[in-house]
Amino acid sequence: MTVIDLESYEDALATYDPVMGLEVHVELGTKTKMFCGCSTELKQDANSQTCPVCLGLPGALPVVNEIGVESAIKIGLALNCEIAEWCRFARKNYFYPDMPKNFQTSQYDEPIAFNGYLDVQLEDGEIFRVQIERAHMEEDTGKSTHVGGATGRIHGASHSLLDYNRAGIPLIEIVTKPIEGAGARAPEVAKAYVAELRELIKALGVSEARMEMGQMRCDVNLSLRPHGTEKFGTRSETKNVNSLRSVERAARFEIQRHAAVLNSGGTIVQETRHFHEEDGSTTAGRIKDNAEDYRYFPEPDLVPVAPSRDWAEELRKGLPELPRLRRKRLKEEWGVNEHDMQSILNAGAVDLIVATTDAGAPSDQARKWWMGELARNANETGRSLDELPVTPAQVARVAELVASGDLNDKLARQVLEGVLAGEGDPDTVVEKRGLKVVSDEGALGTAVDEAIAANAAIADKIRGGKVAAAGALVGAVMKATRGQADAARVRELILEKLGVEG
Amino acid sequence: MTDISTIIKLTAAQIAAKIASGELTAVEVTEAHLARIDAIDEKVHAFLHIDREGALAQARAVDAKREAGEKLGPLAGVPLALKDIFTTQDMPTTVGSKILEGWVPPYDATLTKKLKAADVVILGKTNMDEFAMGSSTENSAYGPTGNPWDLTRIPGGSGGGSSAALASFEAPLAIGTDTGGSIRQPAAVTGTVGVKPTYGGVSRYGMVAFSSSLDQGGPCARTVLDAALLHEVIGGHDPLDSTSIDAPVPPVVEAARNGSVQGMRVGVVKQFSGEGYQAGVVQRFNESVELLKSLGATIVELDCPSFDLALSAYYLIAPSECSSNLARFDAMRYGLRVGDDGTRSAEDVTALTREAGFGDEVKRRIILGTYALSSGYYDAYYGSAQKVRTLITQDFEKAFEQVDVIVSPTTPTTAFPIGERADDPMAMYLADLCTIPTNLAGNSAMSLPCGLAPEDGLPVGLQIIAPAMKDDRLYKVGAAVEAAFVEKWGHPLLEEAPSL
Repeated sequence: MTVIDLESYEDALATYDPVMGLEVHVELGTKTKMFCGCSTELKQDANSQTCPVCLGLPGALPVVNEIGVESAIKIGLALNCEIAEWCRFARKNYFYPDMPKNFQTSQYDEPIAFNGYLDVQLEDGEIFRVQIERAHMEEDTGKSTHVGGATGRIHGASHSLLDYNRAGIPLIEIVTKPIEGAGARAPEVAKAYVAELRELIKALGVSEARMEMGQMRCDVNLSLRPHGTEKFGTRSETKNVNSLRSVERAARFEIQRHAAVLNSGGTIVQETRHFHEEDGSTTAGRIKDNAEDYRYFPEPDLVPVAPSRDWAEELRKGLPELPRLRRKRLKEEWGVNEHDMQSILNAGAVDLIVATTDAGAPSDQARKWWMGELARNANETGRSLDELPVTPAQVARVAELVASGDLNDKLARQVLEGVLAGEGDPDTVVEKRGLKVVSDEGALGTAVDEAIAANAAIADKIRGGKVAAAGALVGAVMKATRGQADAARVRELILEKLGVEG
Repeated sequence: MTDISTIIKLTAAQIAAKIASGELTAVEVTEAHLARIDAIDEKVHAFLHIDREGALAQARAVDAKREAGEKLGPLAGVPLALKDIFTTQDMPTTVGSKILEGWVPPYDATLTKKLKAADVVILGKTNMDEFAMGSSTENSAYGPTGNPWDLTRIPGGSGGGSSAALASFEAPLAIGTDTGGSIRQPAAVTGTVGVKPTYGGVSRYGMVAFSSSLDQGGPCARTVLDAALLHEVIGGHDPLDSTSIDAPVPPVVEAARNGSVQGMRVGVVKQFSGEGYQAGVVQRFNESVELLKSLGATIVELDCPSFDLALSAYYLIAPSECSSNLARFDAMRYGLRVGDDGTRSAEDVTALTREAGFGDEVKRRIILGTYALSSGYYDAYYGSAQKVRTLITQDFEKAFEQVDVIVSPTTPTTAFPIGERADDPMAMYLADLCTIPTNLAGNSAMSLPCGLAPEDGLPVGLQIIAPAMKDDRLYKVGAAVEAAFVEKWGHPLLEEAPSL
């Protein structure tokens, strides 16, 4: 890899004003593809989810998936867009072996949704409004796997394998207007925008929007202009940036790279760039001169899409609470500060905590378990919270057992560990591992007596008024009961038996 | 046992009736037509593929159904020649192109399914200009088809195989597709009947696309009634074709059984005359207009100025759409693959395959269309052509405020000799002068025989044009004209064709 000189971030921003454009592709979670009845299920055998239509066989014709259109309208409405009363699909003509028809059915100058905005919240609470140019419907391509080369890219490969299962899966492409005025916060804005968009898409229920699965992919277009100038600089287009962190890093890297090139008297080439997760850098892809010509024309095989105003209004009424507003409400309901709320959000725990409280747990308990024990486990095992094999209802049950005194925190952690290990639901784990708090006063009394007898010196200290020393005896009792005693009750009993006020 | 020469002269309606009554079996009928094909198709070359076993199996199934007392479709057991542009799971589908040589599709076109479901016996696939681009069938990669009236002349195109099969009595029914006249012009030059239904009237699913907004499958036959019976079988809404019209098939059979022009207003368009029209064609057309008058029609002269621009608009729209539709033929997934010796890139293999697999006319139109859609030229070419299309549609709308149907010669000349226009694309394009406006506007039209041109003794076609979804008017008028002509001639026109 060629070494690229970078300007320092601060120096870059001292001279230049970044302008960004973000293009996000979202794979819709429809059951069937955009133009045929094939399943959209992922991770199936190669080419098993195909038919004459999505393979582009001679004679086959597309038919629009109504749920796909509905999803596009919902996204448009949630992004405060106008919804087209009449629009068409268009053919985007270019050649690539993973595109069966050698044109992509997309939309060109008549997108289904246009002229909207999305308010995103930055980490310090500031709201930044990102203007939306358009959201349009299109189909995904198949997937190429280049074999035999060192990089997995086509260069140097001996052959390529084509899987058309993805060909024809509905995509919505959401394009921002140029994002100006973010200054040094441009990378943060980019990340916050994609994060907010992802939350929005999930809240709408139109896609799971999992970036790591490629269900949501972001292109970061960026240019710099000297402070005080109006005209945009030449942009680079960093393709397929597929995590929130990467979006921020890609924007930051490109700001520094552009500044270095410009400061050294060079010019920015309009090109696509590949992003590299391992070091956050980008490298040159293909040059995009303006001669690239997709020969768009209206798709003659599809009739225009003309969503009635009544339908659009009906969909508008059914829109869920917007994620930013919901977060604000939950933050207040839970009584947490901005920083903690952000942590919960970053951990992907909001919905899980809500589901846990819905299952009957107090919100502080729900937060405590998801952000504590479970977050730790997720971290250690490299999973996201929602991938853990534990349900909100199970977490709520653990919280209930703690509240009733049947479990203490230490035992509760063991119960969750058992649930995560697949030993069954919380009650089963309690049963199997014998984890109930020892509440039998007789048995507990005996254990306390034994602990006092075995630690006479400490007992004397306590009798002498050193109440703090009780901790050692509590520890002994807990050890003797294998942790199954309620520590607070043990302490009470010890003090009682030694005739000391607690 | 009825002899072969009698069976092959029967109309589809007659065959269906005789099979239904038990006078003939479907197997007898199928064997008679296969024998006819065996005897003459070497000379005519109407067929690219003959499905002897499949046809006989279908015929046996029809006979078994009849014996079991099951209900038979209106065309049960009637043989049909299918244009090689519709996908068939049990036969190759080449579209007359080397690039699809040997390709057996994994699915049946909706039209193919409907034919099979109606117990029609598909004899095989017929020759055509490659990808339906042409007016003579000379652009077929598999050699030309002869016109049964004179084997040295063209049978029309692109559906010359289907029209020749009808005119040579190899089949009583055939299927064509009409993008700019490919059903009607072949019908005209072979003395047969062909109908381009309203756009969206017959499903395009499984019909290999040339120009999606113009392509329309339709019935071909030797009589107006037979065409109507076939139209009813293949027509109707198809959820797999989003441009298919969600409405019942117009009452075409009823109209064909009740031919009349009494009290109808019939338009004659000024633009369908003048330079380039053969004298004998004009003469037969004028006689047809007189005939219509004598049958009780009122003739109205019409001016449709935008029709003069139709040919130009067509030759921008059709190539533009074809340049995109044919992009999929890249040697990757099906069909021909040339030069894949392990040393070449996918791009090189695609280029070599296309060089070898596409004929000159196809390449010409892909290049034309690619150019017309290019950024910077789009508005001047494709965009302008779409505007002309709107004007033509408006001219038709205005015309149909004044008349019920329009009539014209189907084609300016009779069948020209094979080879005469092969190197002159512009001369070839003029063959579709009268048929193209209907494709651009999406309404319906029919061609039926109106006599022989005195100077060459070859058939002349009369075109009848009706508004969209008023296809039944074509049959009502067509049946009246056909009856009057047959009465006048004393026999159907094809009786005068040479026996091959």
